[in-house]
Amino acid sequence: MGGLINAFVDMFDTATIASIVAGASALMFATMGETISEKAGVINLSVDGSMMLAALAGFVLAVETGTVWYGFPAAAAVGAAVALVVAFGSIKLSLNQVAVGFVLFAFCTELSRFLGQSYVGNPPVGVPAWGIPGLSSIPFFGPVMFDHNVVVYLAYITVILTYLFMYRTRKGLELQGVGERPEAAHSRGVAVNRMRYFYTAIGGALIGIGGAAFSLDVKLGWSDRPTRNLGWIVLAIVIFGGWHPIRAAFGVLLFGALQAYAINLVPEFPSLSQVLPSIPFPAMIVVLVVVNWKTLLKWLDRYPFLRAILRSDPPTAIGTRFEIN
Amino acid sequence: MSRVNSVLLPAATVVVSVVALLLLAGTNPWDPLKIIVEGSIGWPPLEGGAARKVGDTFMVWVPIALASAGLIVTFNAGMWNIGIEGQIIMGAIAAAWMAREVSAPRPLLILLTIVAGAVGGMLWGLLAGVLRTAGGVNEIFGGLGLNFVALSLTTYLIIGPWARSGVASTSGTDPFPEDAWLPALEGTKLSPLAVVIALLALIGVWLLFRGTLYGLKLKAVGRNRPSSFLLGIPTNRYLLGAFMICGALAGIGGTSQALGLHHKLIPAISGNFGYLAILVVLLARFRPFWVIPISFFFAMIAVGSPSLQLRVDVNPTLGGVLQGVLVLSAMFGLGWAGYRALREASSAGVES
Repeated sequence: MGGLINAFVDMFDTATIASIVAGASALMFATMGETISEKAGVINLSVDGSMMLAALAGFVLAVETGTVWYGFPAAAAVGAAVALVVAFGSIKLSLNQVAVGFVLFAFCTELSRFLGQSYVGNPPVGVPAWGIPGLSSIPFFGPVMFDHNVVVYLAYITVILTYLFMYRTRKGLELQGVGERPEAAHSRGVAVNRMRYFYTAIGGALIGIGGAAFSLDVKLGWSDRPTRNLGWIVLAIVIFGGWHPIRAAFGVLLFGALQAYAINLVPEFPSLSQVLPSIPFPAMIVVLVVVNWKTLLKWLDRYPFLRAILRSDPPTAIGTRFEIN
Repeated sequence: MSRVNSVLLPAATVVVSVVALLLLAGTNPWDPLKIIVEGSIGWPPLEGGAARKVGDTFMVWVPIALASAGLIVTFNAGMWNIGIEGQIIMGAIAAAWMAREVSAPRPLLILLTIVAGAVGGMLWGLLAGVLRTAGGVNEIFGGLGLNFVALSLTTYLIIGPWARSGVASTSGTDPFPEDAWLPALEGTKLSPLAVVIALLALIGVWLLFRGTLYGLKLKAVGRNRPSSFLLGIPTNRYLLGAFMICGALAGIGGTSQALGLHHKLIPAISGNFGYLAILVVLLARFRPFWVIPISFFFAMIAVGSPSLQLRVDVNPTLGGVLQGVLVLSAMFGLGWAGYRALREASSAGVES
């Protein structure tokens, strides 16, 4: 019991918090990508696979060209391509969105293992650190927020931009309309399916960048299925975040904190060292289960303030097809 | 015309993409396929000491076929039972517990382990179902969470309470007492009992949707839950039933994994066969009899592809890619054929 508390207290030091903030970059990009895609009504269930394939593409290009930055557009292209396949299959061919996504998950995962085998153990390339001059020397906030690298800053900027775009611009309103009431959006002159292709591709590109952020920044290098299960966590966080970018970002940080906590627990419970690192995955799902529990939600409905913070419903038209008759 | 297309187009897509994949992998398309066949059932089939390989292939086929049978039930109920992996694992754990703790005459012990596996998987399936019906948690995420839990539990048992005597390692527990092994044919791991159970499960699922009111109602729940509810079908109970049937079948698959194939509990006891079964069922388009050949072919790929490395220096993960390409191209081939048929029909409608 004392061990549980000790490990928790140990999390509150500057270096640990800074590492949680920095380590969240990959999930941050991918979560924003999936949020955008689902907000437009398309569930891209392939995240776990497409993120992995993109992570490989990014790593390979960075290694082969020697320039780490080339990895990111390559990964974005891979992510967007997979997302477009999901969109094409479900919009044009009226295939089941979940089925296409799942098959693509399996396919991309296996493909990344196959294509990546010769890169296992390859000397990694990483994004160079770049502390923001001046800001990074502020006590506590400096190391936590301003002493990382460009990828980490961009991840958080992406969150803010996603939020501003979705809720503060005309185009963002149209994006929401496409996912909530496609008929209404259509009658207002929005090309629903074209928008869905577009935002699914954008979302896929962000998922891909998330993959590259993982292999080029969070955990350098390539091994067998390095990002495995992260994609599923992304899908869970999107629901946990109630399809809201800022809340989803908190979900990502919560997952990072759970991981840090699990690692801190290892010295306290050495006999469980094999199990602990994988605990955050079920734990995150348990959190999701709790916040989605019907009884809890009914109770929340009685408190408008709590409801506004904690509850948010999926886009009404999520996962459905839209056809012009 | 369109009828021909709906068969030819998907088939052509599959063949073209598989050949393209193998050419891209840097081999001629024939060698890997031959090696996979050779490594799984022997080449020419069933010759040259192939008994052991065939046995392994069948024992890989059993859990895939059982899980597929179960998934047909949940898919018909409109559920994506991604938790199937966890259900296989819990079946294996329950069967392993029975094999470790109970001593009984052999036939009784075998029966007990199979029942234990079924119950273990069934309860895990029920849990995913309860999360869905009572908690409103999407079954995909509830199932994933339960998969993670089951996986962690296996690792914990292997390094903790059931650790090997001497050094605890993640390679697995001590082998179970031989009395608990599924009875197998001489010199192989092939257990006729397991194969028969898998076949019976598929026939049973076929009968369920072919000739029973329960199956019909389950299908109705899957097609349109609100309407079924208004017609007086207790939809939640039917959903739970589907999860329990699926979990039980997957759990028996887990028993076969632990007591038929590995003879011990290993961390990757499910062998990812639950996910593979989802691909099989999608490819078979939810038809039980198509599951038999498709899952057998997938089992051949799983057993045969490790020899790719030795023989043609192609990474064994090619097998997994092959499975993915198969399902993906069949799916899009069918989708494309359907799309064209629809367009032809509508343009014909305009003309007449």
